[in-house]
Parts: sequence; C-alpha cells; structure tokens
Amino acid sequence: MTCLPGKTAKSLGLVIDLDTCVGCQACVTACKGWNDRGAELLPDENPYGPEPSGVFLNRVHSYEVTPPDGPAWIVNFPRSCLHCEDAPCVTVCPTGASLKRAEDGIVLVNEDACIGCGLCAWACPYGAREMDEARGVMKKCTLCVDRIYDESLPPEDRQPACVRTCPTGARHFGDLADPDSAVSRLVAEREGYALMPGMGTKPVNRYLPPRRKGPGAAPVLAPLEGKATGLAGWLDRMLGKL
Amino acid sequence: MHPAPSVILFTTLSGLGFGYLVFLATGAVALSGWAAFFAWGLGYGLAVAGLMASTFHLGNPQRALKAFTQWRSSWLSREAWTSCAALFALAPMALSDWLDLGLPRPIGWAGAVLALATVGCTAMIYTQLKTVPRWNHWTTPASFFAFALAGGAVLAGQGWLASGLCLSLGLALVLQFRLGDHQFAARGETMGSATGLGGIGPVRVFEQPHTGPNYLMREMIHVVGRRHARKLRLIALLCAALVPAVLCALLPPMVAAVTAGALHLTGALAARWLFFAEAEHVVGLYYGMR
Repeated sequence: MTCLPGKTAKSLGLVIDLDTCVGCQACVTACKGWNDRGAELLPDENPYGPEPSGVFLNRVHSYEVTPPDGPAWIVNFPRSCLHCEDAPCVTVCPTGASLKRAEDGIVLVNEDACIGCGLCAWACPYGAREMDEARGVMKKCTLCVDRIYDESLPPEDRQPACVRTCPTGARHFGDLADPDSAVSRLVAEREGYALMPGMGTKPVNRYLPPRRKGPGAAPVLAPLEGKATGLAGWLDRMLGKL
Repeated sequence: MHPAPSVILFTTLSGLGFGYLVFLATGAVALSGWAAFFAWGLGYGLAVAGLMASTFHLGNPQRALKAFTQWRSSWLSREAWTSCAALFALAPMALSDWLDLGLPRPIGWAGAVLALATVGCTAMIYTQLKTVPRWNHWTTPASFFAFALAGGAVLAGQGWLASGLCLSLGLALVLQFRLGDHQFAARGETMGSATGLGGIGPVRVFEQPHTGPNYLMREMIHVVGRRHARKLRLIALLCAALVPAVLCALLPPMVAAVTAGALHLTGALAARWLFFAEAEHVVGLYYGMR
C-alpha cells in the first residue's frame, strides 16, 4: 500500500555527525558490499571502462563552508535515504512497490512489484533512490533491514553496515521516535537538524552540525617546548653560545 | 529533468487524443458512417499510442497492470484508471456515430468528462512534485488542459472556437514560461538548506561524491536541452498556438484541421521537450548543479 501508515510504532533512522565524519567513504563501500553481496544487486555499468557508473545507496559529498569570522571548513556530508515520515516517494508509487512499514518506519521497495517508472526518484528531494537499470527496478537504502533483526548475528552487528563500519563513529542508528533513545539524546544535545524541512517530507534521519572551529572555539594548544638532547643538544648549546 | 522521448510522446499524443475525443463525444463535429469511423479512430489511435509510449520507459512493463492498484494515493495510478474508463465509456458513442445507432449524446458527455479527467491526472503526475518547483504550480494543469482542448478543437475543425482555444493556449504557455522562471528561487531551497550548513556561512561544493555521472545526474540534471530554451519557447508558441489560431480562423475546416493540426503537434512536442528539459530538480543542489 502506498498510503502512508501515519504514526509508526518506531521511527528507525540514522544520526550522522558532520563534525566527526572524515569523508573516508568506508560507509559507501560497506553499504555497497553488504547490499550487493557479489550478486550485482547494486549493479555497476562499465565499472572498469572510461565512464564507470553504478548504483549506490549512500554517497558522501564534500562541501566548503566559510564562516564569517574565520577560514573555510571542509564538511563531509553522507547522503542517503532519510526514511521520511511523509515520504513522497511512497505516495506517488502506482503499484504499491514503494512502502513505509508501520512497525518501524523503514521505507522499502518491493522489487517484485516495481515497474521501474522512476517517479519515486523524481519525488525524493534528497536523491535517495537510484535505478537498477539492469533489472529495471528502483533501489534505495533499506536501513539494512536484513541485518538489524537477524538474531543469528552477534548483537554488535545488528545495525546498518554503514554504521557498523564507520571508523570515526560518525554514524548512529536507533529509534528516533523514542525521546530516551541514545540517538534522540544525541540529537537533543547537539541540536541535530533535518534536511530541507521546507519540502514537507518530515525526515526521520538527523544531521549533527559541525562544531565551531577557529577563533571562538577551544583555544589552540601551545606548542611543546622543544628540548634537544644528545648531539643535537650539544649543537644547540654550542651554536647558541656563538 | 531528462526529456525522455517516451514520456514526451505519451503526454503529447494522449493529451491531443483525449482532447479530440472530447469534441467528438460532445457532438461538436457531426459525423456519421465511415467519416465518423476514421475520426474516432484517429482520437482513439492518438490516445492509445500515447499510453503505449508511456510503457516504453518502464523497467518492467510486464507488471504494468499493478499500476491500477494504488489509486488512493498515486496520480499515476489514477491516470491509468481514468484513461481506461474514458476509452471504455466513449466506445458506445463511437459505435453509435459510426453505425448511426442514435444513442443519446449525454452518454458522450460522460466520456468527455472522463477524457478531461485523464488529462488532469496526467498533469497532476508532474504538478504534485514539490521537488521540481517549475512543475509544482497551477500553470502545469492549466497548460495541459489548454493543450488538450486547443489541439482537440484544431483537429475537429472548430474554426473560431479553435482559434480562441489556441490563443488561450498561447497565454497559458507565456504564463508557464514567465512564472516558471521564478519558481525555483521562490521555493527557497539552496545548497545551504539542502545540506543544513547554510547557517554557518556560504556553502560551496569542494569535491563531488563520485567522478562520473550517475542515475540522479542523468535523470534530474539535464542541461543540454536548456541551451536553446529561448528559441524553443518561440517555436512552441508560434507552432502550437499562434499560427494555428490564424489558420483555423481563415482556412476551411478540413484544410485547417490538417495543416494547423500538424503544426500544432510540432509545437506541442517542442513545448513538451522544454517542459522536461527546463525543469530543475532540487537534488541538483547537492551537486551544485541545476
């Protein structure tokens, strides 16, 4: 059904910390690895040719932001499905392939019902959907629905592949409908925000803004006093006396 | 947006076909026998050819029947229903005109309403998309209806009525072009709001997330078609609206239907190409491109 479920029991989603993301692309690779599994479920066209192109469910952009009082910052910006509460990609779907689950709010594509019209990708402001042109069906982030409930996995692995792999801990997974969850507390503490709220999609995922840097931020540490020893120390003393 | 030929043919031909069927159904052209057969055949042919063309861009057209299931939420699904309903509802009137069965005209009016509803649903597929501010505006359904009615009237040889409708189409196009140019800015989305970083200071792309173009860029960021936008706007306005308006007023109905009809279709295709090529999707903001 492409009618939205309204209030969902949970709102599972991601919280992405733009302060700690270093833009290493590990989440992109882990996502591709888990969701492709060597079976070309996220196919690449011409991967070793001059114009490679392929399906990814997560892309990491890099922006330069210039605050008025200091030098520019580089902000690495992972972009994937935000599992919106008012997901326009779901309501536009003519076949019922695009759906939002009532139990946890995950937005999924039922590939057996997808006709590949592409209207859902047009309806998404965030570019979260990419077409699998080999199979003619739409692909999107599943929040690793095949990991997070899999009890055969050790508990620490029951989270999305991108979150599990992030070496700097910039990605967090949890229930954003529960105000006491770790992710909700993090959002409250760091003033996490939604992307393009003006689009009326009510995204579940939140982004944590980069912390202040430069003047006004924590003072820069004083350089350590260099105390040379051995030959360098002798040279230092002798040259100092000249 | 990428101007896919299948979608341009779909919206143009089915719009023209359903518009023409409206004039046949309401009895604006009094035809009987084989003349009626060919006229109705042309209307059905255009509408069905358009609908068939729409399936060419589907990844899995064999599942197209599933598109009838989600009419509660999806304009595309509603369009599937109204188009089939219109084609079925108009069949008795078509047979009646061809075989002189003398069925009452109100049966045709019901079909005409469904034909117009189909045009409305087609327009709403695009109008509903907040992500494409140029489309997300009343000028989109206005121009789709104007195209269907003007094109239908031209093919139906409606003389002064066709001229008037062509001129209203011209007005709708001018409004669509002029107002459309401001809609992206008016929506207020910028790279700052797309990334949420705008509060810190000006945002600029430092490095793209991938080195080659992907599906999103091919589909939503189409710059080639916009290069000749001014010329195409003029061609659309002249061929689809202004010249047919003059031809329909001056030439005898049959001659006008053929010459103005062919010209109108050319202009309509140019306008529809531009409708897609000029439309900018907000996802381009993430790439610093439109």
